[in-house]
Amino acid sequence: MAQASQDPVVSAALRRAAARRRYWTNDRLISVGLISPSVLAIAVFVYYFIARTAYISLVRWNDLAPDFTWVGLRNYSRLFQTERFQIDVHNTIVFTLVFIVGCLAVGLLLATLLDLRVRGEAIFRTIFMFPLAISFIVTGVAWRWLESPTSGINLLFDSVGLGFLKSGWFTDPRIGILAVVLAAVWQMSGYVMAMYLAGLRGIPDEIREAARVDGANEWQIFRGILLPLLQPITLSAVIILGHISLKIFDLTKAMTGPGPGFSSDVPALFMYETTFFGSHFAQGAAIAMVLLIFVSVLIVPYLVYNTRNEVHQ
Amino acid sequence: MSARSLDALPARSPRTNRVLTYAVLVLFAAFYLMPIYVLLVTALKSFDEVSLDHMWALPRHFSLQSFRDAWFGNAESAIPGIGQNFRNSLLLTIPATIISSVLGSMNGYVLAKWKFPGADVVFPAILFGMFIPYQAVLIPLVATMQRLGLYGTLPGLIFVHVIYGIPITTLIFRNYYAGVPTELVEAARIDGAGILGVYRQVLFPVSLPGFIVVMIWQFTSIWNEFLFAIVLMSNPAIQPITVALNNLAGSFSVQWNIQMAGALLAAVPTLLVYIFLGRYFLRGLLAGSLKG
Repeated sequence: MAQASQDPVVSAALRRAAARRRYWTNDRLISVGLISPSVLAIAVFVYYFIARTAYISLVRWNDLAPDFTWVGLRNYSRLFQTERFQIDVHNTIVFTLVFIVGCLAVGLLLATLLDLRVRGEAIFRTIFMFPLAISFIVTGVAWRWLESPTSGINLLFDSVGLGFLKSGWFTDPRIGILAVVLAAVWQMSGYVMAMYLAGLRGIPDEIREAARVDGANEWQIFRGILLPLLQPITLSAVIILGHISLKIFDLTKAMTGPGPGFSSDVPALFMYETTFFGSHFAQGAAIAMVLLIFVSVLIVPYLVYNTRNEVHQ
Repeated sequence: MSARSLDALPARSPRTNRVLTYAVLVLFAAFYLMPIYVLLVTALKSFDEVSLDHMWALPRHFSLQSFRDAWFGNAESAIPGIGQNFRNSLLLTIPATIISSVLGSMNGYVLAKWKFPGADVVFPAILFGMFIPYQAVLIPLVATMQRLGLYGTLPGLIFVHVIYGIPITTLIFRNYYAGVPTELVEAARIDGAGILGVYRQVLFPVSLPGFIVVMIWQFTSIWNEFLFAIVLMSNPAIQPITVALNNLAGSFSVQWNIQMAGALLAAVPTLLVYIFLGRYFLRGLLAGSLKG
């Protein structure tokens, strides 16, 4: 026996067997049990439903009565030839770009100013961020009146002699979605400000002091040290703002609807109307899948990058 | 001297910098407060005073009639009141918040402190669910809810919000519990505690801030949510307040001072939460940004 237990092959095999037995401990079983309901729920309500929507986008179901005749990518090719959808995609791109740039600029500006330890910082912060607490619907209602062509902001412009700045806002098809961007930036720029402020506060004073001692002026410090250090935050902000703007629905529904000539229409609005009012389920599913692909292009690399970073920690 | 002192700004005199900084901040403050001002000022006017030409003028006579009309409705003007919908939102948001927070705590705990097969895949897979456009699940969701008999019911909407709240609540709790030192977990395990015991002894006692952050976040998100509400709740009597407000504001026959009052009523609960618990609201915000 002594010889057998000293045999390296046998003892290695005995260890492996013991490890396998110990793998499924009580705790491990319970941990899987605790997380399973959620994993199952997400598997069904997210992944299975997405697969189902994808399937529906590939069949001929564009009426109240389900019709699962396979038509391949025909719904998609028809969709991209639909003028409304083409305008939607254009609006989404414009909206996303202006929205992101606007929020980043305003957020960074306000964060930089607040970082200077002004008096009443807490009050300013509270004011800048409160729009985040209210619904896009409330925002839409308020801004619809603010951007009313005969009242609202136009009235203000007149009263301070800036009458030439007046415009039809969202009633002007040339402006369209841009009018919604203003409301969206109003709502979300506080978020970006909070992120940048937290980031700025996380940069040790010593770094700035050292740079000052080396003779750098504040602008150089800002561009050469602070901005690069804030890049991860900028990236986070772009991802989050991007995925919000790609999906935008509530705000346009409450504020403008599709607008004249679909100038403020967005894919989410189109999907809602065509699916639940037009019963064009396959077309709605196709729009939804296009939206999903847009968002995934943004989110999946970000999630992968984040997960990989954490694993390495 | 503080490295961030105002006097450290470029070129100009410190006093000019100070004035400029405050001017910009005040200007932006006005920008952010502008819509609330318009909402308030219009909602506090009586209908005869309300006028497009004088939108910015303060009310000469304060009147709460708009709020009353918005809440109770006005039968002769055929205006539906949104008071019932306010109650619906409470009945929706509070249970959904509590349940999804408990789920999030459970999931966050397991993901933060226990290794199980596939943990590295499960977490991002769950997170993806919080970023997807819900349009991509709407059609099967409606079909499933109808099949389950939950379509158009408040419990059904609660269920939906609990499910789709799993990713964000899990994320916040997982990051929160990751900050609890593993030595404490180890110590409890050495004392013989199993997975549930460790939660009870080590993590649950310190979970309160986590719960506050998650519940505030969920309360705000669910109260303000619109898409699921409008797709799944067709009966005006049980619609949440976001849908009711959208209907109120979209109707051409409703006077716009009542629309404004309705908007304010819809905004009050989440605004109150924000004003009094802003610190935790902020933490929820930053927790959801994943810190790249």
